[in-house]
Amino acid sequence: MKKWMQLLVLITSITSAGTLLASGGLGEGGEGREGGEGRASAMPVVTNAKWKTECGSCHMVYHPGLLPERSWNKVMAGLDKHFGENASLDTATHDEIAKFLAANSADKQANRRSSRINQSIPANATPIRISETRYFTSKHDEVSANTFKRKSVGSASNCIACHKGAEKGDFSESQVKIPR
Amino acid sequence: MRNKLVRNAFVALGLLFSINAFAATPQEILKQYEVKAKQEIAAVTGFSAQRGANFFKAEHMHSDGKKVSCSTCHTLDPRNQGKTRANKVIEPMATIANPQRFTDSAKVEKWFGRNCKDVLERVCTAQEKGDYIEYLISVK
Repeated sequence: MKKWMQLLVLITSITSAGTLLASGGLGEGGEGREGGEGRASAMPVVTNAKWKTECGSCHMVYHPGLLPERSWNKVMAGLDKHFGENASLDTATHDEIAKFLAANSADKQANRRSSRINQSIPANATPIRISETRYFTSKHDEVSANTFKRKSVGSASNCIACHKGAEKGDFSESQVKIPR
Repeated sequence: MRNKLVRNAFVALGLLFSINAFAATPQEILKQYEVKAKQEIAAVTGFSAQRGANFFKAEHMHSDGKKVSCSTCHTLDPRNQGKTRANKVIEPMATIANPQRFTDSAKVEKWFGRNCKDVLERVCTAQEKGDYIEYLISVK
């Protein structure tokens, strides 16, 4: 090949490789990209005022699409012993939040991430820790235990430390920033 | 605004929106607890910031084997931000650092309800609640 053609091929391949990398790769790139089955991959943003106020008072709010309905029901039934703390609610608030969670739970969502989460949980299991689901552990298998223990992170339940858009259901890999 | 009716309507609306039926001052909330405290124990003689400070810092042995105190999450200085066990920031409890504290009686009761069960594993008495608030509004 002539020298200028060689140069052109080289520049073209570097540019296209760079563009591909910048867009986040072929797998997880971007928000709302259509997956192979024609479904959106990202969770839709959902919100409820009471959920934000009550559930968000001690920790980041966990998107309802992260667990199936039966898991949320189990959480809501045991709020007086909520992971070691009393998080009890008055009946009206409790019922409204429970309804919101059930309506938007992983088993009700069409998006690919929620479907994958739901499928990773055996039908006879009712986990209440998102970080114990098979989906979570396999997605984080390259994150060391020490990384989760960093002061800036705290634990595996502090999604928002690395996933800034976690409360909106945004867990796309291209947006991950693990703090020092 | 073209006519008096429209102006008056806006004034009325403005007044309506400025009334918040549930807002209170710390002093009003304290008064409510004083009444309750006297109902619980007739010999109650008012609230003490010093008792409140001791209450705030006191450590309790929880049935799960761990020591716990109000200061565990709120830190020993209530003028500072605290942190929940899930790493979320808690705004200061002392009114000098956070004037929003103790202005919503439902919110105050809700958190006493939860946190007393967490720290003391029982309901707090109105005396304890009053002392606690007295301390937090007097910290400089």
